[in-house]
Amino acid sequence: MYNTIVFAPLFGFLAAAVLGKYVSARVSEIVTTALLFVSCLLSWIVFVNVGLGQGQASAPVVANWFTSGGLKIDWALRVDTLTAVMLVVVTSVSSLVHLYSIGYMAEDPSRPRFFGYLSLFTFAMLMLVTSDNLVQMFFGWEGVGLASYLLIGFWYDRPSANAAAIKAFVVNRVGDFGFSLGIFLVWVLTGSVSFDAIFAAAPGLANKPIDVFGLHVDGLTIACLLLFMGAMGKSAQFLLHTWLPDAMEGPTPVSALIHAATMVTAGVFMVARLSPLFELAPTALAVVTAIGALTAIFAATVGLVQNDIKRVIAYSTCSQLGYMFVALGVGAYGVGIFHLFTHAFFKALLFLGAGSVIHAMHHEQDMRNMGGLRKEIPFTFWMMTIGTLALTGFPFTAGYFSKDAIIEAAYAAGGHSSAATFGFLMTLLAAGLTSFYSWRLVFMTFFGERHAHAGHGQDTHAHDTHAQDAHAHDAHGHHGHDHTPHESPLVMLVPLAALAVGALFAGLAFNGAFIGHHFEEFWKGTIGQGPNNHIMHDMHNVPKWVGYAPFVMMVLGFLVALYMYILRPGSAQRLAAANPVLYRFLLNKWYFDELYDVLFVRPAFWLGRLFWKGGDGRIIDGLGPDGIAARVVDVARSAVRLQTGYLYHYAFAMLIGVAAFITWYLLGGVR
Amino acid sequence: MFGFGILSALTFLPLLGAAIILMFRNDDEASLRNIRHIALWTTVAVFLLSLVAWGRFDAANAGFQMVEQKAWAGGGLVYKLGVDGMSFPFVVLTAFLMPFCILASWESITFRVKEYMIAFLVLETLMIGVFCALDLVLFYLFFEGGLIPMFLIIGVWGGKRRIYASFKFFLYTLIGSLLMLVAIMAMATFAKTTDITVLLQTKFPADMQKWLWLAFFASFAVKMPMWPVHTWLPDAHVEAPTAGSVILAGILLKMGGYGFIRFSLPMFPDASHYFAPLVFAMSVIAIVYTSLVALVQEDMKKLIAYSSVAHMGFVTMGLFAMNQQGVQGAIFQMVSHGLVSGALFLCVGVIYDRMHTRDIAAYGGLVHRMPRYAVAFMVLTMANVGLPGTSGFVGEFLTLIGTFAANTKVAALATLGVILSAAYALYLYRRIIFGVLEKPALANIQDLSAREILILAPLVVLVIYYGVQPGAIMNASAAAVAELVKTTGAVAVKAAALAH
Repeated sequence: MYNTIVFAPLFGFLAAAVLGKYVSARVSEIVTTALLFVSCLLSWIVFVNVGLGQGQASAPVVANWFTSGGLKIDWALRVDTLTAVMLVVVTSVSSLVHLYSIGYMAEDPSRPRFFGYLSLFTFAMLMLVTSDNLVQMFFGWEGVGLASYLLIGFWYDRPSANAAAIKAFVVNRVGDFGFSLGIFLVWVLTGSVSFDAIFAAAPGLANKPIDVFGLHVDGLTIACLLLFMGAMGKSAQFLLHTWLPDAMEGPTPVSALIHAATMVTAGVFMVARLSPLFELAPTALAVVTAIGALTAIFAATVGLVQNDIKRVIAYSTCSQLGYMFVALGVGAYGVGIFHLFTHAFFKALLFLGAGSVIHAMHHEQDMRNMGGLRKEIPFTFWMMTIGTLALTGFPFTAGYFSKDAIIEAAYAAGGHSSAATFGFLMTLLAAGLTSFYSWRLVFMTFFGERHAHAGHGQDTHAHDTHAQDAHAHDAHGHHGHDHTPHESPLVMLVPLAALAVGALFAGLAFNGAFIGHHFEEFWKGTIGQGPNNHIMHDMHNVPKWVGYAPFVMMVLGFLVALYMYILRPGSAQRLAAANPVLYRFLLNKWYFDELYDVLFVRPAFWLGRLFWKGGDGRIIDGLGPDGIAARVVDVARSAVRLQTGYLYHYAFAMLIGVAAFITWYLLGGVR
Repeated sequence: MFGFGILSALTFLPLLGAAIILMFRNDDEASLRNIRHIALWTTVAVFLLSLVAWGRFDAANAGFQMVEQKAWAGGGLVYKLGVDGMSFPFVVLTAFLMPFCILASWESITFRVKEYMIAFLVLETLMIGVFCALDLVLFYLFFEGGLIPMFLIIGVWGGKRRIYASFKFFLYTLIGSLLMLVAIMAMATFAKTTDITVLLQTKFPADMQKWLWLAFFASFAVKMPMWPVHTWLPDAHVEAPTAGSVILAGILLKMGGYGFIRFSLPMFPDASHYFAPLVFAMSVIAIVYTSLVALVQEDMKKLIAYSSVAHMGFVTMGLFAMNQQGVQGAIFQMVSHGLVSGALFLCVGVIYDRMHTRDIAAYGGLVHRMPRYAVAFMVLTMANVGLPGTSGFVGEFLTLIGTFAANTKVAALATLGVILSAAYALYLYRRIIFGVLEKPALANIQDLSAREILILAPLVVLVIYYGVQPGAIMNASAAAVAELVKTTGAVAVKAAALAH
């Protein structure tokens, strides 16, 4: 069964490649989608069995990958509760996105390629979550990176899409730099890369300083920090987040699947999977909390002022991933994974809803050109509203259970950690901002009057123009001149409805299992919980006001958005005009792209040119061969014909050498 | 086999093909076709024979196998061949790549076809000989002799600046090989033999080891090539015809690495430990420096050549980590690089044959007209980047993990290479394959022909196969490397004991 879950999408990928070319695009769509639904169904069975039921966790080995001395790496499919949760998330969202794409991509000529990539991505993601060792995890990790690269750059005629694809891959590689070194260090410390062996060896290593990178430090802490660097790249955390907003160049279903629900949560999954290791490295956990909190607030502030509908949701994703890391950082691993689980539903819903809006608007992505759409596309409007309610944590929706639990856990941990206190404050503040930007999105899109030709003024960010580029190449470039917004076809609306069910009820249905008082029965020890870690209990015993605070923040955010965009339209612009420096700072995303360009990109090219022309050209060649050559050529030119002259030289020199050697040898050198 | 061992047959079969081709006097179409076919089927026969040898090869045996020995040239010189787990993969790799080289030259070489094919067949003999030779003098003859046909290939069938390129090649290698020759004489004097199997058991005095090590290093470092003696490689690649580049990147560069494994590490273990920091430094510089240089290249072949230097940096680093993972990783990396860079140069050849330019700026948007080509190039680009699931990953990972165990700082710096390789490889791919096809010259460019698919498909498949199931190569080298690591490792323990 595990084999079917994991390899059905791989088979779909191969089938799409062949069928799409030799049969028809439609067949490849149906085959890949059907295989994903099979995989999804089986995943839910596994989830019920292994997670909710009493099924045994196992890790059957498929084959050996490679072995070198004591380093033995297998292909294995590890399935325990943590994996089962991920299986459900990945296959559910993926199958719905496949289905949705049949409608969304209907007019794209490269559909087999698109569905093939989607299935390839799903396969790599499943390999990641079922890995039993760090190296197979790295395989899945890089595999999803490849799929992400291919899908961001799916419309390869667009320079902006190509640039975004490369940026995503390279920034992720920066994270992988840390991940790789983390794997190496874990191997040196524990003599293994398999999870069970690492976890067994880890307690013996706690507080054991080693010499690494010339420093005398706690090995385990360094290992965890390096591994977390990988997580920061994949999950777009502060400092390594710059690729995620640009990744919105990909088709919208891709954004929903990869850049919201699944791939970007791989970092969260990794830390949870390695939680027995992180439990022993409190300093590393404090860093995880701090980075998470910083990301949560940073991305939320940027999200406040973005005008591209997908970018708002992208920053929201970034921010919510920060929440998850705060939960992990304070030791509430189950809460972090629970938020991952609920977030997958409502964020995929928001993205697919945004896709439906974009579809309706004929590939307009700038919210300033939208407005009043609730009458024309009411179903999409309601779906987006459900997603927004869940995201902002409206009582009894999915986000209410998971996000509020994170804030409570951070408060509960605040007693012994200043990082946790920071996490608490930032997540609480970000909750208000989340509510504001989410309702701002709804109000700008679905309420008020439509401003079809507004915007594009001086303050339009450079990236907004991409939406215009899209017209030329997008799947829906041939709607003719009928620019009336239209509701999407059923094949797109059904996945929205399915995700809406998850967004509304996933929290209610599963919060008892994931984070309730009997959470151990669900997790069965698959997430680390040190003997002194009582956070999962403490979070239920926080003061009353901590429980109400997120709700208050949510209402505040809603009211401010209501005031600025419904009751007093235009007040947002006036506020921006009154604070131009702050506004531009936020609009330009704290100038990270510009900073990195100056710090890394330009110097790399400059150094490359310096080494090439200066190092290779002037110094090495100038002093070496060319310098000598200049002398020799003078002699050689007069002596022999150029064409084979050097050959003769060489053969001659060699012959003399051999002759000298043999002569000397025969003269008795050896005897 | 006719009183010959299988290794002799492998080594000299190409020479037989060359002799037959030599008998053609005419250069009409029919003769040329026959010449091409003879060259092709000779190399195919050699490859099949290498598979037979693979069948006989016992991976569990750490020593030399299929050994054959004859007195030669009088005076105690011996003709001795044999392979072990560290040399045999290269024999098969050479035999495997050769038919592709002949096929790649099928249409693009129209001038002096007979001589061209002879040069390649002679080259094959010499290359297989290098990896089979178990006598120092024999090794030297093959090692240096292999350069002659390579010179011809670059110098006669090369591009515009072929003279400059082959001259540079000549200067670098000459200095190295002369020093090596002196070292060989010294070793023979000391050990009273040139039999490699005996030399492997000989314990050279520590001071002598250092001098010998340096002399061999001069030759191998140029061949690898290591920074800063790498500047001949980009020029040689740029000027060489496609098949010449394939052999240069695929096999000739591996001779340096093989030399380290066969001579420097086991014969001069003390010196190897002594000089390991030097090698580490040069390797790390190679990885970072040449990756940055690759980023700004405007010529496709130069870019891939610089990336080869970076990849060879991983090899030397892994070798001098002197542990199982490092050395096995280095061997795997060399084999993998032989496939990947060979295939990448073939890819360049495909579009060079159509457009007659290697200028990256002359291309763009090829995916519109050449989807098959785009797929092959993508897989190979990913292998070059070291994506897990391709053969490029296994070697890179093992050399890095082995080095990390030996020296964390070196490994950390070298791991920067994984970021840079992604940058230059994807940037190249984007400029050639993606984008709008707007250059008028490219409007009618054709996708891969049947012959080109026949060349690229097996390489692409193998790159993925060995990425997922690298066992065949890993197992072949495991026992021999374990033995090597044990002997050099013992020295490491002793050196550590002395230091305290």
